[in-house]
Amino acid sequence: MTASAGDPYLNIAGLKKSFGLKPVLRGIDLTLLRGERLALMGANGAGKTTLLRILAALTQPTAGNVTIDGLDVARDAQQVRRLVGFVGHQPYLYDELTALENLLFFGKMYSVKDARARAFMLLQRVGLEKRASDRAGTFSRGMVQRLSLARALLHAPNLLLLDEPDTGLDQEGVQLVTLILDEHRAGGGTTLLTTHQPERARSLCDQIVTLSGGRIVHVDLTPTREVSTCRDLPCGGQGQVHHENDEHISHTNHSHPVEGYPLRTP
Amino acid sequence: MGLFAIIVLVIFNFAFDLRVDTTAAVAPGALWVAFVFASILGLGRTIAAEREKGSLDRLLLCPVDRKAIYLAKLLGNMLFIGVVELVALPIFAILFNLSLQAGPLLLIVLLGTLGIAAVGTLFSAMAAATQARELLLPILIFPLIVPVVIGSVRATSDLIAPIANEPPWLGLIAAFDVIFLSISMLTFEFVVEE
Repeated sequence: MTASAGDPYLNIAGLKKSFGLKPVLRGIDLTLLRGERLALMGANGAGKTTLLRILAALTQPTAGNVTIDGLDVARDAQQVRRLVGFVGHQPYLYDELTALENLLFFGKMYSVKDARARAFMLLQRVGLEKRASDRAGTFSRGMVQRLSLARALLHAPNLLLLDEPDTGLDQEGVQLVTLILDEHRAGGGTTLLTTHQPERARSLCDQIVTLSGGRIVHVDLTPTREVSTCRDLPCGGQGQVHHENDEHISHTNHSHPVEGYPLRTP
Repeated sequence: MGLFAIIVLVIFNFAFDLRVDTTAAVAPGALWVAFVFASILGLGRTIAAEREKGSLDRLLLCPVDRKAIYLAKLLGNMLFIGVVELVALPIFAILFNLSLQAGPLLLIVLLGTLGIAAVGTLFSAMAAATQARELLLPILIFPLIVPVVIGSVRATSDLIAPIANEPPWLGLIAAFDVIFLSISMLTFEFVVEE
């Protein structure tokens, strides 16, 4: 069953989660429409990451209901996983494999058609095409984050769950995240991200939800931001920019997805 | 793992009086002690490295049945332990001066290893979430694999020097394998998700 038009794409009702006797989420209610973006904010330990892990079907809720596109996260976990692209605190990559091999491996796990072409497209999209044959273990923190983003987009997910996606990224990396999120939204994709930067949340998202002690303490609706273009990039979206640590990251035109390879499931 | 198994066999070879009448009683025990301890060394690393790097979550995030992940891990463990056993078996035969029937012995080793690896793979996932996994893993595994190890030792003894009216040890090991494998496949999901 999938959600019909107008139904919330993501629906969280009475969600509770405890680890042993310690409650982490104490009753979360949230809805998100298709194409919307929501930022989760809150102090460390507020329950943001746990909420994302439940939505990614990595952890079962203790109580409550979560549906994504009409699918119950607990009951239909395997189908839900196909809909979700997750970037967590950890890169979820194999250090021993090259950037390309990492993407090909996960391409197989998600049964991605034409995985090699899509992997190359995404490596190009995140500016790592020249490092495709280098082991992920040799990458800087920013490059790992870019590769994680490519990995999360590999199976063209409808729902992106990003846990502090800007971590370790330089200014252009942050712009790249913005552009990728815009492309994802343009294709109808929905995003839920966590951040500790209110300005970033306001500029990216339609809703800002603040968690504290496992409860929602504040909901802020922001005016939908304008879609940014390559003109926002310091390099104007063209050419090569060299960095001290990320010297092999290339910055080509980031304003449009490569034709024929949408960033989300059609 | 392989080196450890060989060292255990060599030590037992020197430690015991290996006259012809005692070899059949001592050798199977030495062989399975070597296999079990060498297996524990490898099993401890099954999931620990993935947990440390967070790639286990990545595997769990994929739309793949948990049973498939368990079976893949089990197969990997069986391969590693199997290689160690294939190296150790000829050395065992030479050190203990035994001429063994390769076919039946390999069957016993395969079934015994399956039982050890089935339990070991499940509990290595459990132990990997703890800080004292090297200590915890043997404590969790040893009591459970006792029936398989006893069966394997007795079946190997029976192969070296046939004993009258012995229970069908091979069938017993196979039955335990089926039980361990079924329970482990069903519970793996709950072990890795929390």
